[in-house]
Amino acid sequence: MITRRTFIAGCATLALAPVLTPARASLPQRALRIGMTPAFLNDQYRALADWRLYMESKLKRRVEFLQRDSYRETIDLLRLAQLDFAWICDYPYLYLRDYVELLAVPLYHDQPYYRAYLISSGKYPQIRNMRQLRGKIFAYSDPYSSTGCLVPRYQLHMMGEDPNKFFGRTFYTYSHRKVIEAVGDGLAHAGSVDSIVWDALDTIKPEITMRAWLVSQSPDYGAPPLVVHRAVPREDVIAMREMLITMRYDSQGKALLKRLQLDGFTAGERKLYDSVAGMMRALGEY
Amino acid sequence: MRPMRFLFNLSFRYKAPLWGSLLIVSTAAIMSGTLLFRAYDDLKSGLLRNAESQGRTLATSLFPAILHDQVWRAYEILKSPLSGSSAAAPRQLEVLVILDREQKVYAATTPGTLPMLADFGRLSPEYASVAEGIARPGSEIRVFEPSGSTRLFVVTPIADEDARVGTLVQIYSKSGLRSRFLESTLHAALATGLVLAVLLPIGWYWGQRTAVPLMRLTERMEELGRNLPDSISPELYDYEDELGRLFRAYNRTLQQLREKAAIEREMVHSERLAAIGRLAAGIAHEINNPLLGMLTALNTLRRHGEPDARTAKTLSLLERGLTQIKHTVAALLVEARAKSWDVSPGDIEDLRTLISPKAHDKGVSVLWSVDLSGPVAVPATHVRQLLINLLLNAVHASDAGGEVAVAVTESGGVLSIEVINGGQTLTEAQKKCLFEPFVNAGDTGHGLGLWVCYQIVNQLGGSIAVDSGTYDGHGLTKFNVRLPTGEASANDR
Repeated sequence: MITRRTFIAGCATLALAPVLTPARASLPQRALRIGMTPAFLNDQYRALADWRLYMESKLKRRVEFLQRDSYRETIDLLRLAQLDFAWICDYPYLYLRDYVELLAVPLYHDQPYYRAYLISSGKYPQIRNMRQLRGKIFAYSDPYSSTGCLVPRYQLHMMGEDPNKFFGRTFYTYSHRKVIEAVGDGLAHAGSVDSIVWDALDTIKPEITMRAWLVSQSPDYGAPPLVVHRAVPREDVIAMREMLITMRYDSQGKALLKRLQLDGFTAGERKLYDSVAGMMRALGEY
Repeated sequence: MRPMRFLFNLSFRYKAPLWGSLLIVSTAAIMSGTLLFRAYDDLKSGLLRNAESQGRTLATSLFPAILHDQVWRAYEILKSPLSGSSAAAPRQLEVLVILDREQKVYAATTPGTLPMLADFGRLSPEYASVAEGIARPGSEIRVFEPSGSTRLFVVTPIADEDARVGTLVQIYSKSGLRSRFLESTLHAALATGLVLAVLLPIGWYWGQRTAVPLMRLTERMEELGRNLPDSISPELYDYEDELGRLFRAYNRTLQQLREKAAIEREMVHSERLAAIGRLAAGIAHEINNPLLGMLTALNTLRRHGEPDARTAKTLSLLERGLTQIKHTVAALLVEARAKSWDVSPGDIEDLRTLISPKAHDKGVSVLWSVDLSGPVAVPATHVRQLLINLLLNAVHASDAGGEVAVAVTESGGVLSIEVINGGQTLTEAQKKCLFEPFVNAGDTGHGLGLWVCYQIVNQLGGSIAVDSGTYDGHGLTKFNVRLPTGEASANDR
């Protein structure tokens, strides 16, 4: 069956093919290395592969995607300047603020914001709020994730609890999607996830979100940003930002965005992340 | 004991097929039972082999995950064996659990029943006995089957060399094993049923085939004491085995018994005749002596006395009576050792002359066939007496206008005389005491003719046989006399 999405993807690939081949043959410069993390739906491998081809054709440069499951690895690569760009979470961005600067911010429902969802397993329907989770098992996505780790810890801190002692046991799944699965299976009583991932999965794979349910949601925070290493030449930064922002205005780009469950990118501002920085500061991690 | 006895007392008709069936059924049961037991064993050991190799593989990948406290990673590894199995096959592997060093649940594929951090041994008595087993030292893979449990626990230590970080417990359902076992039991039962459906009727038939002839034989053998039963038709069991030989032996014995009985009958008969003969001869001698005296006295009285007419009449009455007694007694006194001459064709010729008036009177033709080259060393008086008696009987028995055939031949030291007549035949009762005196006394004779013949033949060491029956609607009676020839007599005619 050909869905609308695969049809569009097919068209995009066909349209790109003639442009691509000569461009690839004469790419003199070093490839641009982009780090991809679970900050978004990074397991849409087909869509990512097409997006990379799209970037190469637009930038007339070779582009490499470096996929890492934990933020820690991407943070290390950025610190070692082994990446030029990366799509990371708020927390790593602020954590690496001396090494990187903001490149672009994704738009969900045309807004550069997202939230943290506190979710609970369908097997424990009595859980209504964070307070009931004392001594229970809690699933975090990544220690450097803001929605998957920082937000619930901050909430506990605000409740006057020690986040390291409140739960009976915690573990990291290194993916928002896997947090949903862990909670859905009942391995953990509750977890904290990225609203973008949850909403996207709720649309494309409802069988995963069906087994968990939303307990509460946090205020809006700046959406996970794309960052650029400070060492990257200005013209590359500008070209990349230009490419990202204009994606939503051409048909191929628009089709790709749709497959990535995005509306587009905007230049964004540092102050979008002030509230996250505030939370980090409250926990003594800024 | 009593029912056993009852079983052994059963007729072969039931026992042979029953034993056969019992043998077949028990063989089938033992065979399929053994195979099933073996199949269950194979199933189980196959399952355990799979479980052990899977346990080893899982433990190897789980070790780093647990060492680095990656619960989710461990959980994903744990779930991998369960996701692959097809829905159609009964899923035997039910649950996988990782226990930490304190035997608390580190992760389980069913977090609902085995929540993280729960004390494994306290979750159920079944788990408690397994936990107890795990606590015992040892680094090998172990299998636990708690009594009364429907599950099988395969326990694999998660360790690298001596560093043990936890324990992997694979929990298998025996019901899957049981359902597969039941399935093979059903198949085996079906196959056994089919085999039995073929073998049992064959066994039953074979049993009957042996038992029925045996029964017939038994019935006859039981009868054997009372009288002589029928022979068994050889078609009933026409094989060369012991039963077939028994049949033939039975028939042979029966034949011998029949012959013996016939000989005995014959002997009794001839002994009786001999006794009667002796009695008759004795009485005749006793009568003969005074009789001769009386006849002499009577003669003297008639010759020298001068009786009046009345006395003379009485004397002549007495003489006639005494003479009749003398004739009768003379007939009873067969004296074979009396002097005689050898019989010659001339003697036969005399007889021909003697019988012809009588035959002529009745309109019976007598056909003669005499084949004697010269005198034969058999006393002629006896042959004449014998032959005349037989001829008179034959003519008497013939219908008017009938035929009587006579054949006299000599060969190989035997003189053979045959007299055949048509007309009425002898009844069975007549045949039985044919040669006894006075038995066949009719209106014409005193019934001593055949008795005399018998006495003569007997004294000459020969045999006399009679054959009387109806052939082609005509009654035929044949007397056959065979007399051994002795040395030529010196006496001449």
